Amino acid sequence: MDIDALAGCLASSACLVTQTTSGLIIGMLLFLVAVGLTLIFGVLKVVNFSHGAFYMFGAYFAMTTYQLTGSFALAMLAGAAGTAVLGLIFERVFMSRVYGADVLMQLLICYAFVLIFDDVVRIIWGPEFKSMGMPSAFQVMPLFIAGGVVPPYYLLLIGVALVAAVVLGIGLSRSRIGKVIRAAAQNPGMVSALGINTGLIYGGVFALGGMLAGLAGALAAPVRSLTPGMGFSVLIESFIVTVIGGMGSILGALIGALLLGLIRSFGSLGFPLFTEGLMYLFMVIVLVSKPTGLFGKEAA
Amino acid sequence: MKRTRTPGISRRSTLALMGAGAMTFAAPWVARAKAKTIKIGMPTILSGRVAQLGTSSRNAVMLEVEKVNAAGGLAGRQIEMVIRDSKGQPQEAARVARELVNTDGCELLLDGEASSGSFAVHEVARDLGVLCIHTCSEASSLTADPKQHIPNAFRCVRQGIHDSIVGGSYAASIAKAKGLKKWATCSPDYAYGRDTTGEFTLYLKRFAPDVEIISESWPKLFQPDYTEVVTKILQAKPQALYSCLWGGDLTSYIDQANIYAMFSQMEVFAVNMADYTALTVVKNLPKGIHSGNRYIKTFPTTPENAAWGDAYRAKYNEYPTNWSWQNATAVMFLAEAAKKANSADGKKIAEVLKGLTIKCPFGADGTVTMRGDDHTLVGYAIGWGTTIPQEPYVPEVKAGDWKTIFELEAEWKKSKGYT
Repeated sequence: MDIDALAGCLASSACLVTQTTSGLIIGMLLFLVAVGLTLIFGVLKVVNFSHGAFYMFGAYFAMTTYQLTGSFALAMLAGAAGTAVLGLIFERVFMSRVYGADVLMQLLICYAFVLIFDDVVRIIWGPEFKSMGMPSAFQVMPLFIAGGVVPPYYLLLIGVALVAAVVLGIGLSRSRIGKVIRAAAQNPGMVSALGINTGLIYGGVFALGGMLAGLAGALAAPVRSLTPGMGFSVLIESFIVTVIGGMGSILGALIGALLLGLIRSFGSLGFPLFTEGLMYLFMVIVLVSKPTGLFGKEAA
Repeated sequence: MKRTRTPGISRRSTLALMGAGAMTFAAPWVARAKAKTIKIGMPTILSGRVAQLGTSSRNAVMLEVEKVNAAGGLAGRQIEMVIRDSKGQPQEAARVARELVNTDGCELLLDGEASSGSFAVHEVARDLGVLCIHTCSEASSLTADPKQHIPNAFRCVRQGIHDSIVGGSYAASIAKAKGLKKWATCSPDYAYGRDTTGEFTLYLKRFAPDVEIISESWPKLFQPDYTEVVTKILQAKPQALYSCLWGGDLTSYIDQANIYAMFSQMEVFAVNMADYTALTVVKNLPKGIHSGNRYIKTFPTTPENAAWGDAYRAKYNEYPTNWSWQNATAVMFLAEAAKKANSADGKKIAEVLKGLTIKCPFGADGTVTMRGDDHTLVGYAIGWGTTIPQEPYVPEVKAGDWKTIFELEAEWKKSKGYT
């Protein structure tokens, strides 16, 4: 425990800027993965344990596209679009057959696909780790804001995630499709009776969830080593975010992810040997005081 | 037309008799052929973030086994490698090792595990009494701590304490020359990371007493994101950083530290950088990182080492790694020991291995020795230098002196109560 270091940081504007930005980066990436997870659970009532694989595929799709085209924008697009298509296929061919089935069965099927997807990546891209490398446009000196260090690439990352959060929030609350999705989550039978194709909605939500995780993977690709199985640790943290925020709540995912990011960032200064533990401790405190999570709703 | 059975010996009985006869006559040859093959089990990491190192271990072993088999095998017995994936998990490494011996009938083990798994395999070797050569784990305590010692286990790997003595004195000379007094460390939180960092700082401070460690970071093994670690180090404002991160963890760390321009703000000493597995994967390799040699074909600067590196690359279309040369050396030791013992029996080979010196492309003077008292490899080429972003990657390596290593290592063992 190094309380002096933490106190010193809180008293320094430079340290506050650096550590807060660091927390936002970690949080925003987690949010992109967790929001898909929570959206799929909220609408489809499926705990998609294979969700981390979409993060992994997003990173690999982006890397390959970047290697082929040299375009960072196309790489991001490929990461997001590729995983959206993959999500749609996965939902239509496999997951749609186990809606309403026992949760254990759903989990087993998802876990089987975690292993299958890892093997697919191993076969296509090989078992060794890969690095996409930072696009030259972002190979620049970091910005110094109030003495704190902020890399331009991370500003882009935070910006993209924020835009995704705003578009998703507005889209679900204001647009017609959003209303239909929310209605399908509340009462799928009634939506179906109104002549709306619920299969299409479910497939679309799964594709959207996959796309967000894939976008997170694509954004992470320039700064993380790519390896089969890389989605698993992200999945665990995303589950913590989802549980803290409340299963099914998008706002909860955002707040949960940001809190977790800040806990990691400042925790590494004050509790260097207990940073991971802090995360779990926070989850326990939230669940004990509010079992449905910060923004979760009680079951009717 | 109805067929009638003819009396006497039926066709089926004749075939059965012929088969039995053939088995009877062939049995000695079959048995002899079986006896000629010796199975060597190898648990190693073939999936996950460090799979490249496990694969390179397997490749190097197969490269050498082909040579040994072409030359007649281990005391006349052809080697059959049985290589299994442990996924880098200690419990899986132990399970696989046990299965290789008990189910697959392996008579020897090459333990291609990182330190996280090698201690588990070591306990399996202790339990089953099978000859085991550790080929990847650098944690010093594996062979230096007498409590770990068993007569049937050897370590054919560079060792953390050796690296730390050479690295510590190298780093201290630079610290003194450049006035680097404030240091930070960032190493993986497991046996190898803790041991090696402690030993490096021990010798850094010994040779440069003014040095102070102002920040320590211990990210977990295979951690995907190092952002909070990078910013923590930047906050501490050290003049120099030591890290023993390796493989995919090291490349992730470099990629993430790069965009904070960390490498322009401090001198970085990353002991595992000078290995092709990291050098060729990092896209924007910073210039001037200090590193110990892992595997580079230009150190030791001998035709034998360069030829071995080229042969490996020609066969597998990739560069060898630090784990490659260690695994290759283990097979070389096995072949030489079996020749001397005139037997492939594990116990006899173990007796010969103690103190055995062999010719080796990776030796500081062209030879390496399996030291008798602690069953560990000594005499391999060891040195430190700075990186450049293209071949030869580390153009000048300052070689460590084994006389000094032996003296300081003996002192260190005494201080730990090992002798």
